[in-house]
Amino acid sequence: MSTQSNPLALIAELTHRCPLHCVYCSNPLELTARITELPTDAWVRVFQQAAQLGVLQADFTGGEPLARTDILDLVRAARAAGLYVNLITSGMPLNQAKLTALVEGGLDHIQLSFQGANQDTAEEISGTKSHAQKLRVLDWLKEVRVAVTLNFVIHRRNIDQIEEMLKIAESSSATRIEFANVQYYGWGFANRDSLLPTRAQLDRSLATIKAAEERLRGKIRIESVVPDYYAKYPKPCMGGWGRKLILITPSGEALPCHAARIIPGLQFANVKDQNLTEIWRSNEAFQKFRGESWMQDPCKTCDRREIDFGGCRCQALLLTGDAAATDPVCTLSPNRPKIDAVLTTINSEVVGAGLAPPSIRRGTQPSVAADIRPEWLYRPNPS
Amino acid sequence: MSIEPQSHPRLAPGVRLGQNNNQQVLLMPERALRLNGPSLEIVQRCDGKRTVAEIVTELQQIYSKAEPAKVESDILGYLQLLKDQRALDFE
Repeated sequence: MSTQSNPLALIAELTHRCPLHCVYCSNPLELTARITELPTDAWVRVFQQAAQLGVLQADFTGGEPLARTDILDLVRAARAAGLYVNLITSGMPLNQAKLTALVEGGLDHIQLSFQGANQDTAEEISGTKSHAQKLRVLDWLKEVRVAVTLNFVIHRRNIDQIEEMLKIAESSSATRIEFANVQYYGWGFANRDSLLPTRAQLDRSLATIKAAEERLRGKIRIESVVPDYYAKYPKPCMGGWGRKLILITPSGEALPCHAARIIPGLQFANVKDQNLTEIWRSNEAFQKFRGESWMQDPCKTCDRREIDFGGCRCQALLLTGDAAATDPVCTLSPNRPKIDAVLTTINSEVVGAGLAPPSIRRGTQPSVAADIRPEWLYRPNPS
Repeated sequence: MSIEPQSHPRLAPGVRLGQNNNQQVLLMPERALRLNGPSLEIVQRCDGKRTVAEIVTELQQIYSKAEPAKVESDILGYLQLLKDQRALDFE
């Protein structure tokens, strides 16, 4: 019998199609083909079931959710079902008329991503000319009444641009900023050693952000997420496995988090076959890491187990091969040395001086501090 | 930053009241705050028409058994919290 409390958020991963090719993308390496995407009426049913289950917020994400031609219908349907509608977007497919229509259709909040504070960085990271369009979107946002968050995705190539990012935000109508350090899943994991900032860079950025938080209190709310490799304890991933949110993939699979498909042996349900309430309460993939019976040492007896739930299952799998292991970023984990080894490389003199680590340097390069681009693995568009 | 008594608090763009299982909530980006008793009374009055001072007076009348000064400081504290969350604009 389930006494699990209801989820608060529905993550509606509407599509894996996207006009950008960001090297930090946390979508799974196995992208969902367009032909398998859920049709409009299936999503409408999901929104209604989510509201019945007690969900308050819908996050429209992807890929690029605006790549869906039915996005206006989806916004209206989620709002009609009683959900607060968040749109997580690159802004690329927008024009002023479309934005106005979405807001009038019930969009509550738009979170606009930025890959850098300038065109060059944005183009390097996203593989696309994208920055100018985002600045146009900021102008259009001043004409509509909607909550606006600017999400600056942070990594070694742009962590020194915080001041310029703040300038962009302050001249916009945004009331919220997220400085979101990349998390290492999907393409982010593949490109990790080119993305992790140095300790010195991280410390500088935190000081800049802290000063800005004070200065902008009451005007703009700033939230920042540090790379958990540099933390002492792991993040309470997703608020705990199967506790706070339910994610639906473009083809209708119900997951406890966006990366969960990499964990072997889990049987996922599909919204085409089962009601959301039934999935939430009794699907075995959701049950797998609920409670404490699955925990290993040291989590099993740790004082923090109800605070961080042992960290991230997917990260444990990626780095230790065992999804039930303590998240290795935890300093109490026997696998913490793996993380320390990565940080040692990142913080070595060579990398600290602005050069790419030896493993990904192209050919022979001068040992002089220079702005050298790493060899990136760019995210493709699914078929 | 202090709350001006003659300012008119109003829900910020994209912030609205909602309901779930008979629980009143204040919905905002990626967040929901539960509203009960005094917090609900305060937020319902943040309509852009009432001043902070008027909201304080009204609640002091509703919660007549409580110390007026405490009612005022609780309201100002809560309004400051909502301002920091960017849930309220003050016009």
